[in-house]
This record gives sequence, structure tokens and C-alpha cells, in this order.
Amino acid sequence: MDFTKPTIEYADLWPLLVVFGVACAGVVVEAFVPRALRFIIQTALAVAGILVALAGTVIVARDLDVLGDGVARGAIDAEGTIAVDGPALFFWGILLVFALGGALLFAERRLEGGVSAFAGQAAALPGTEAERQASTRGLEHTEVYPLMMFALGGMMLFSAANDLLTLFVALEVLSLPLYLLCGLARRRRLLSQEAALKYFLLGAFSSAFFLYGVALVYGFSGAMGFAEINEAVRNDIGNQTLLLMGIGMISVGLLFKVGAAPFHSWTPDVYQGAPTPVTAFMAAGTKIAAFGAMLRIFYVAFGSDRWTWQPMLWIIAILTMLVGAVLAIVQTDMKRMLAYSSVAHTGFLLTGVLGVQAASELADGEVTSLQAVLFYLTTYGFSIIGAFAIVTLVRDAGGEATQFRSWRGLGRRSPLVAGLFAFFLLSMAGIPLTAGFVGKWAVFTVALAAGAWPVVIAAVLCSIIAVFFYVRVILLMFFDDDDVTAPGEVASVTKPSVLTSATILVGVAATLVLGVVPGPVLDLAANAGQFVR
Amino acid sequence: MNVTAYVVLSGILFTIGCVGVLTRRNAIVVFMCVELMLNASNLALVAFARQHGNLDGQIAAFFVMVVAAAEVVVGLAIIMTIFRTRRSASVDDASLLKY
Repeated sequence: MDFTKPTIEYADLWPLLVVFGVACAGVVVEAFVPRALRFIIQTALAVAGILVALAGTVIVARDLDVLGDGVARGAIDAEGTIAVDGPALFFWGILLVFALGGALLFAERRLEGGVSAFAGQAAALPGTEAERQASTRGLEHTEVYPLMMFALGGMMLFSAANDLLTLFVALEVLSLPLYLLCGLARRRRLLSQEAALKYFLLGAFSSAFFLYGVALVYGFSGAMGFAEINEAVRNDIGNQTLLLMGIGMISVGLLFKVGAAPFHSWTPDVYQGAPTPVTAFMAAGTKIAAFGAMLRIFYVAFGSDRWTWQPMLWIIAILTMLVGAVLAIVQTDMKRMLAYSSVAHTGFLLTGVLGVQAASELADGEVTSLQAVLFYLTTYGFSIIGAFAIVTLVRDAGGEATQFRSWRGLGRRSPLVAGLFAFFLLSMAGIPLTAGFVGKWAVFTVALAAGAWPVVIAAVLCSIIAVFFYVRVILLMFFDDDDVTAPGEVASVTKPSVLTSATILVGVAATLVLGVVPGPVLDLAANAGQFVR
Repeated sequence: MNVTAYVVLSGILFTIGCVGVLTRRNAIVVFMCVELMLNASNLALVAFARQHGNLDGQIAAFFVMVVAAAEVVVGLAIIMTIFRTRRSASVDDASLLKY
């Protein structure tokens, strides 16, 4: 048997390799650098790695080759396993930008009085002498940076994988570090550990479904690569039952990761229990990566079979929007409310996935569904990271005050922070002149152009329901009396260091600019073109 | 070669694992059932590799084993932390986060 050396296109893949390299370097730093220096070195390493990878993504994106038909630009690298094309590089770019925000939030130490938001010593039991000692000695878990970088690398790989096996490995590489990060909160450790347990068990369950789906699709087509699967689907060569069950089970895994109903139940628990910087990073990153993978697998591998999966996604999109919007109304915890609102946003994004895929079916100046989803993910990421960053600031004696009753009258005590939070909420509600409005408009028009009008009607109705619960929080902050709240529960805004402030300000600026002049970023998304096949 | 019997067996194993996850209460047992589901997938991958006469499925099975091992490391760490805190590994006891 002959063995041929695989060719790996390092010139295209180096941003990804930088991220994984920095993650490995972080592990080495953890082993050899004295404790006092670790925090600063790990932070610098992570931020530098993300910036270099971001620069690399821009450089790679500037000289992508145009493929035959001129719509798709890019190449399929590493023996057909990774597609480095316009959409993949767009996903990498926004993932890296939001990871930078996440890394800055991870590094925030002023809010907890000189230590980070993560447990001093995760192995010390809550409420024991060991935990108190770890706290008085000011111990910190700097392992969170390598974990974050591994998760980021997994997310980048997940959105670029062009092969079912790579997709599965990337899914696990992004998930496993996140399970651990969820359990590392400094305060309310029982909630945090419970969130980690729930996320882990449900995540492992869903990835088992995903893997069995992979096995069935492989049984149908006899190949792992998306191009070969597409060929098999178009020529209808195998057993159709295997294909249908395979598509269904792969969808379970992907819909779990994006938090779509009926697989959304982990979202509120994990968003509430996880340390808030992790929630911010995860809320933006996981959703972007999972939508990247979902779009690629449905458009490239199962594109010829869209009449079998589209009705399923119609129902799931409508259900997800309804569940997210209706359950968000009854929440009394800020992080949980944002989690249910993110479920509703998943529904809006799924509406975009149902849109027109081929640029040839559209008039000039109209966007395809891929480009609409790319733009929506950008707008959503900026506002969700900004919103969770503000949640880290609003505190009472026991740490972050996430209950609604503590937020009463916050607008009178700290008008600036409450105003910025209100701005993020208005963007998520889709009020004109914010980024959320343009994003919603983009996904609704592509779905309408593809004839998915029932879904669009449901989406508009759910947007109206969503306005109700966002505006309720704004009323709570600015117009409710704070006299009824017990004195110990009144939250106030702690002054953050420049790290969190910068994250919030960039989020506000991006949300405003994308809302007022969305043109450049829409052009950038349009330039990303289509997936290479 | 006809691999139907092996695929059916893998389907049965997958279903046993799935039912186990949904009905068992101990986190360790739930996790073992997930591992059973992963191994059922491995059996299906290897059987289909034999049917199609290529090695992709067999190679995938090796990757799945490595991923499953990594998952055990993370999973047992989380379950053990919960057990030490609560003196219980029951998934019903972890119920602070709800609604």
C-alpha cells in the first residue's frame, strides 16, 4: 500500500494554527512560570495571539483565489478537510473580535477587588477553610486563558470544517473547554458547578446524536467529505432512510449548540450559572461557530436535498422564536432573561437560514441568506457581549446582582450605565437606528424572497413580543421606585477598569455604527461570497 | 458483504444508551450511557466502512475513541467536583437553576 504525504496549506491555515499554538503555549506557561507572573503573561499571550490571528485572517482574506464560477472565493485545504473561503474567513474575523472582548472581560480584576471573576482554587470545596485560604492568598485560575483559546480554536475550525469527521472533532474541541469554564465562577459556586454539570451531560448527549448522524450519513454516501456527500445526495445512490435519519440526528447536535427549541433547555441554566465573562464569550462565540457549521453542512453537503430539511427548519424556527420570546417575559433574573432572548435570536437567525441561497436568483444589491446571517451574527455578537459586560458591573454586597428587583431605579443612580444597557436592549429588540434593526430586516427579507412568509409573520409577531420584555427592563431601570427593594438588595454600579469599559464602548460604537451606516459591513458580508464546494 | 446485522446491533446499543440517559439518575451512569451511544456510533462507522470498502469509517472510529477519552477526563472532573460539594451525584439534586 502506498502512503502519500498529506499537503497542508500553511499559508491559508496559519491564523487557526496561531490560536491553537497560543493555547498550547498557555499550558506551558502554566507549568513553568511563577504564580505571580502568570496572570499578566497569560493575558498578554491571549490578547497578542488573538490580534495576530485577526491580522492573519485579514491577510489571508485579501488574496483568496477566485474559483471557476466567480461566486465563491477560497480553497479547500488540508486534504479536503478545511474550507478556507470568504464566509469561513468572515466567521473567523468576527469570532476573533468577540474573543478579544471575551479575553478583556476575563482579565477584569477591579470589580472583585483585585482578583478575577474565576474561582481562586476550583478544587477547594465551597465554604471550607481551603476556599477561604485560597481567597485570602489571592489565588487565581489563569488556566482560563488556554481553555478560552482552545475553545476559540475549536469554534474557528467548526465554522470552516468541510468534512464530517473534522466537524465532530471541532465540536468537541470547542465544547469541552467551555464545560470547564462554566464551572469556575468565584461567587455562587454551587450554581456554577450545576451549570457545568447540566451543560456537560446535555452537551455529551447531543454530540452522541450528532455522531450517530455522521455514521448514518457516511453509511449513505460512503464518504466523509461534504463535496462527495453532495454528489451522493444529488445522484441519490444510497439508502434514502439512512440519509434522512442522518440529517435529522446531525441537526439535533447542531440545533443544540445554537440553542434552538426544543433543544434550548440548557441555555438559561448555563447562561445564568456560568461566570458572566464566560457567558458573554460563549453567547457570541458558540452561536457564530454553530451557525457557520450549520449553514455549511446544509448548503454544501445537503444542498441538493433542501426540500427535505427546509420544512423541518420552518417548524423549528417558529417554535424557537415563540419559546424564546414568551418565556423571556416571565423571567426575573437578568442573565436568564438575556438567555431566553438569545433563544429568540436563534429563531430569527434560523429564519435567515431558510432564505434564498443562490446569488443568481436575486436582483443586484440584494443579499443572500448566508450574507444576511453573517451580518445578523455580527450585530448580535456586539450587543450581547456589551450587555453581559454591563451585567458584570451591576453589583451588591454579594457580587453581581442579577435579580430584577435589584435593578430597580438603576437609571437614576447610574444613568450612563443604565442608558448603555437600554441601548443594547433596544438593539436586540430591533429598534431602527440600531444594528439589531438592520440585522432583522436583512434576515426577514431573504426569508420572504424565498417564500417563507409564514415564518416571517411569526418572526415579526415574536419581535413585537420581544419588544415588550426589553422595554419592561428599561422601565424598571428608569421609572420604577427603588424604595420597595430591601436595602441590602439595591445594586449599584462598580467602576470597572479600562478593560471592561473598552469592551462596552466598542460594543456601543459598533451597535450604533452598524445601525446608522450598515453599508460597509453589509458589503463585507456580500464580498464573502458563497461557500466553496 | 452484508452489514445489516451490525448496523441493527449498533442501533439497539444506541437506543439502550439513549433510554439510559433519559431514565437513570446517577450522573456517572448517565455518562456511561452516553459512552455507550458513542461506541454504538463506532460500530456503525466500522460496519459501513466494511460495506463501502474504504477506510474513512475506521479512521473516524479511532478519532471518536480519542474524543471519548477526552470527554471522560472533563466529565469525571465536573461530576467529581459536584459530588464533593453535595455528597451526591444524582442529577435530580442539582436543581438550583430552574424555570
